[in-house]
Amino acid sequence: MTLILEAVIFGILTGGVYALMASGLTLIFGVMRIINVGHGALVILGAYLSFELMRTAHIDPFVSLIITMPVMFALGVVLQLVFIRPLKEDREALSVLVTYALALGIEGLLGYLFTNNFVQLNAWYATSSIAVFGFHIAYVYLFGFALCLAILAALFLVLYRTTFGSAVRATMLNRTAAQLVGVNVDRVSAIAFGIGVSTAAAGGVIFGVTNAFNPGSHYDLISRLLTIIVLGGLGSLRGAIIAAIAMLIVEDVTAVVVSPVWASFAFFALLVIVLVVRPQGLYGIRVRERI
Amino acid sequence: MRKPASLALSGIASLGTITLAACGSGTTGGSASPGAAAPITIGVSVSLTGDFSGDGKALVQGYDLWAQDENAKGGLLGHHVTMKYVDDASSTTQVVTNYQNLITQDKVALVFGPFSSLLTIPASTVTNRFGYAFPEPAGGGPSVFTRGIHSLFFVQPAPVEDNLVSFTQWVLALPAAVRPATAAYATEDDPFTQPQVDKARALLEAGGVKTLSYKVYPAETTDFNPLAQQVIAANADVVILGTQEPDGVAFIKAFQQQHYNPKALVETAGPDQGSDFADKVGAGNTEGVMVPAGWWSSAKTPDNATFVSEFVAKYGGTPGGIPSDAPEAYSVGEVIDQAAQKAHSIDNAALITALHSGTFQTVQGPMGFDSLGKPNGASFLVQWQNGLTVPVYPASAAVAQPEYPKPDFSG
Repeated sequence: MTLILEAVIFGILTGGVYALMASGLTLIFGVMRIINVGHGALVILGAYLSFELMRTAHIDPFVSLIITMPVMFALGVVLQLVFIRPLKEDREALSVLVTYALALGIEGLLGYLFTNNFVQLNAWYATSSIAVFGFHIAYVYLFGFALCLAILAALFLVLYRTTFGSAVRATMLNRTAAQLVGVNVDRVSAIAFGIGVSTAAAGGVIFGVTNAFNPGSHYDLISRLLTIIVLGGLGSLRGAIIAAIAMLIVEDVTAVVVSPVWASFAFFALLVIVLVVRPQGLYGIRVRERI
Repeated sequence: MRKPASLALSGIASLGTITLAACGSGTTGGSASPGAAAPITIGVSVSLTGDFSGDGKALVQGYDLWAQDENAKGGLLGHHVTMKYVDDASSTTQVVTNYQNLITQDKVALVFGPFSSLLTIPASTVTNRFGYAFPEPAGGGPSVFTRGIHSLFFVQPAPVEDNLVSFTQWVLALPAAVRPATAAYATEDDPFTQPQVDKARALLEAGGVKTLSYKVYPAETTDFNPLAQQVIAANADVVILGTQEPDGVAFIKAFQQQHYNPKALVETAGPDQGSDFADKVGAGNTEGVMVPAGWWSSAKTPDNATFVSEFVAKYGGTPGGIPSDAPEAYSVGEVIDQAAQKAHSIDNAALITALHSGTFQTVQGPMGFDSLGKPNGASFLVQWQNGLTVPVYPASAAVAQPEYPKPDFSG
């Protein structure tokens, strides 16, 4: 019973990290209707930026976000302008190819600069823990969860309490109608992509402290992130958060109660069941398009 | 009419796209044909991208260093050697394509092996079909030797499943008063790791060490907390982990977080990565951690000192930081050189015959091969002591006494 409770606690804490990484992915899909399969590579790029700042300037990984998040935001805007905006037709399908090429490019560049050996972000909170009701919870998970809550809260504030947020939500609901009422959807898309990429940097830091990573680590990561946003409902921030936490809890509890071998299977079984009952995912919007 | 689920399905479809595209691709290039003192090309499929990319790069270093040394002394039976590498992206399908291309299109004279049992198995099926000798540095899982292939030679002192035998012998040789009574096991479901752990478990159980926990986890696992929690909850005297480097590090960090300190801790891989491992877990947390090894930088094996000094001169770093893949790859070349001299030929059939008899001297020590290419030597046990890895068992290889019980992690 204690093991199950521990699994649930760790599931919630690590689920928060995946929620942060998936939030950028689902935001980008919501605004632009593109599937950014390069998001995992951007997470790893963010982790490497923090790694380089830690190695050369001895900057703490969490503190390095003050530098890496704006840098990644700017990179996201540039990537959107150069690679995504030119896609005028069949955006969903073409975006998969373009962003996959982007992922391969980032992987190659990181491999050239840092080699393919595994690295890890080190900090005192990576191995220190605090005892809570008899459990030892590592500070990195608590700090990471707090960071996730802060960034996701900021994201919700921007989306629901600002004019820009209204423009983003209008674009998410109906791109053409938003244009008709005067929303500059190109500008909204570029900024939303930048925000999505900067959240990848934040997720990358926590991922890099809790996992050894190399340039190829993005393959496993993007598979999990895409699964999360499909379960949560493509384009739904709330859905991504709930799906991420559900995924990690289901996996961790299955690993403890049954076997680690069945952990991923249990989650995918849940995914299939949800999609059969609600094809649009937990919080997705049912879309009907005329052809 | 487009169905409502189309968006969700697009996401799932993109998962499939990634999986397929991740298989990667190789490259091809120039070739050379064997002939009297004519230059020859040796083809290798290596993992330059994907999960095994770190090991793949180290293999290239070892092969390149051997080729450099071989050419400096006049070549392989007078043939100048050029190495040709193609990337298999750690993929079991790409590695097959690579060896087919190397043999049929590039017409390489010889082939050397890739990294891991996972890739060696499909690769050796191809090389065997074309009659090529297949000396390989890193495919030693039991399944490699169960297919009746006589052209494959695993160039390490011992088959992989025997790697932890020295650890079990050391445990069972401890005085009864301090001998561990219980053990906990966790292993990745990999042909390199699981056979080692399973054999260690069988030997320890036969020796009276009770198993409190045994868990197998998939290679794609990224969250090790539930696994570590189960190992910790077992509270066994010794912990035996079938790990590669990332999970080896993750387990130790989880143990530190939970203030768990077993009396002995051995991992199949990770602690053998020298300073790279120490950087990740923290230098103070390496003390007492054990790992099996077939090679050690200060071992008094033939030409090892030369290999170490040349490696450091060519690639930088320190002797302690040399990845074990490099001497394993270097040994492949050494074995082929001696087989060629014995056969007076670089013809593959003659090399296969020569490799099946006698003993070959390598930087890893002497080794010979049975009819299925399985080596007949033994690994030894290495332990981190005072920031360095030192052989501690058996006595014939040891330079220090094993530290037992393992000191607590320093946090």
